[in-house]
Amino acid sequence: MQRATMDLWVGLFVIAGVGALLILALKVGNLGTYNEAKSYTLVGNFENIGGLKIRAPVKSAGVVVGRVTDIQFSMKSFDAAVTMNMDNRYQFPKDTFASILTSGLLGEQYVGLAAGGDEGMLKSGDKIMKTNSALVLEDMIGRFLFDKASENSDGDGEDDSRL
Amino acid sequence: MPRRIVIGIQGVGHRVIDSVWRLGYAARFFTLTLLKSGASIRRFSLIIRELYFTGVLTMVIILVSGLFVGMVLGLQGYETLQKYGAETAVGTLVALSLVRELGPVVAALLFASRAGSAITAEIGLMKATEQLEAMGMMAVDPVARVVAPRFWAGVISMPLLAAMFSTMGVFGGYLVAVVLIGVDEGSFWSQMQSMVDFRFDIVNGIIKTCVFGVAITAIAVFEGYDAQPTAEGVSGATTRTVVTSALVILGLDFVLTAFMFRGVG
Amino acid sequence: MTTKALVEIKDLNFSYDERAILKGINMTMPRGKVIAIMGSSGCGKTTLLRLIGGAVTPSSGHVKVDSQVVHELSRNELFLLRRKMSMLFQFGALFTDLSVFDNVAFQMREHTNLPESVIRDLVLMKLHSVGLRGAHNLMPAELSGGMARRIALARSIALDPMLIMFDEPFAGLDPISLSVIGNLIRRLTEALGMTSILVTHDVHESLKIVDYVYFISEGVITAHGTPAEVRESASPFVHQFVHSEVNGPVPFHYPAETYATDLNLESSVA
Repeated sequence: MQRATMDLWVGLFVIAGVGALLILALKVGNLGTYNEAKSYTLVGNFENIGGLKIRAPVKSAGVVVGRVTDIQFSMKSFDAAVTMNMDNRYQFPKDTFASILTSGLLGEQYVGLAAGGDEGMLKSGDKIMKTNSALVLEDMIGRFLFDKASENSDGDGEDDSRL
Repeated sequence: MPRRIVIGIQGVGHRVIDSVWRLGYAARFFTLTLLKSGASIRRFSLIIRELYFTGVLTMVIILVSGLFVGMVLGLQGYETLQKYGAETAVGTLVALSLVRELGPVVAALLFASRAGSAITAEIGLMKATEQLEAMGMMAVDPVARVVAPRFWAGVISMPLLAAMFSTMGVFGGYLVAVVLIGVDEGSFWSQMQSMVDFRFDIVNGIIKTCVFGVAITAIAVFEGYDAQPTAEGVSGATTRTVVTSALVILGLDFVLTAFMFRGVG
Repeated sequence: MTTKALVEIKDLNFSYDERAILKGINMTMPRGKVIAIMGSSGCGKTTLLRLIGGAVTPSSGHVKVDSQVVHELSRNELFLLRRKMSMLFQFGALFTDLSVFDNVAFQMREHTNLPESVIRDLVLMKLHSVGLRGAHNLMPAELSGGMARRIALARSIALDPMLIMFDEPFAGLDPISLSVIGNLIRRLTEALGMTSILVTHDVHESLKIVDYVYFISEGVITAHGTPAEVRESASPFVHQFVHSEVNGPVPFHYPAETYATDLNLESSVA
């Protein structure tokens, strides 16, 4: 095998390999749509995060605008501090409302942002003040039963008054 | 009867001591290879030649296998997912399985049996035909001249080959799911992109392949260099390269996966 | 006289796994001569070459090459010394992944900074001296045994060494290639002013070309002398060796019980 031919093949091999890496990064992965380098962080404290995981998407109006990078238990307020990495292209007003939602019935949980009307925008490191916890099935059932029970007891009262 | 047991226990002890001794020797050899790599990195043409043998010649089997593995994943994934009406997630399934596990592991197994065995056989044969000793007598260190370039060529080719394997696999999955079965193309790609994370899935996969590349080529060059200088010795060493590499790949894969994806997703 | 010697071996002992291979060897090899070391297979001849090349360390005694004690040299000093000597292995040990040209150019490229055009001229000169200039494009797999041996010879004189060691240079060659190699060894030794050590058991070919012969048997030197002396030698071992007789001091039978005992004849008789 001639040296030059060999070099050519090795060159093609390296190009193919690096090309494959690029395709993986841009076409298969999310590097093309979401760039960690150009981002800012926001923090939100939630009473209950349910099943939210690191890397869960942050969506606004259904569009992915960032990703959860860290979840810590806060010893100051005894709730969960969720750190989010936000895409620089998307800015949100100060009174933005963050809630933990579920995609579909059994889908993954994500953070949903609903923009408010404030003039000032959230800056990197800012805290989202208005949060809404995840819906926890046990709480929902508990509340439902409690409501039913109090309805019934109200009804009983009425019955009593009738008597 | 007790005598037999004693002999049996002695045999086990002997084997254990022997393998620990060999492991120590292998570690020393690995360090030696790293220490003597400077010259071969400076003379990159040596590595280019080995890249041809470990990389280019392994490319065909990697590309073809990757395509087929991806097509099978696409077919099986579709069969299962369509029962839950989630057939658009087939892209995610194919991409995640390939990028996280199958790409690195299967590519590494193929690499070990194609390139690893070739490296062992080549070095073993050079030893059996006194070429390594002749080199030493010419005041050229065979570890620096023969072993180090092959080692680095293997370390460089492995991640590239694994990336090609995964890319071909995704393409195979696309062929089956979108072109053949008719899953919606837009959701195939968008679901894949929203679920496959660059940092956690792709970079971790690449780290895995780099670790596998180092492990396989280190085993291959050691077995070749340590082979008995006879025909049986070389063939035995070649077999050992493939078997040991396969075990080490699967073991390392478990350890690395446990480290990387623990507490995530 | 001793100062002119290139290789001096003094009371050399070497054992491998407690098995003594060489016992008290003393040799002097003057510059510019062809010296043969002969003996039956497995008598430690090749080990002797490896000791001279510094590949193994003696159990006691020493080998001096160019007034340096080989086993006391540091790794770098040993490599410097090895640049001035070379070894021709039994089957040539050509690098199978390199062409004939690259094989001969190997040491020049590793050890010198000569420009490629100079290397090309030198390689073709070396190949011409063994009569194989036309074969420079071939791969070692395409060569016959005799050609491979000649290429290996060209490779071993690539850097004009002061000492070449030949390990069984005649093994497995047809009569024509055999005398070609023999003549080349003699001619190159004289033309390049180097010293050659031949380890061989081919008596007839080597007696034609060497200046001095050592016979080794069971790790000791049993006889030595010039070819003329050796031919006339009264020593039974040398006589057996030179005239290739089946029986003599080197027995045909490996030590064993008596034949009758092994075949259980004696018990049945008794």
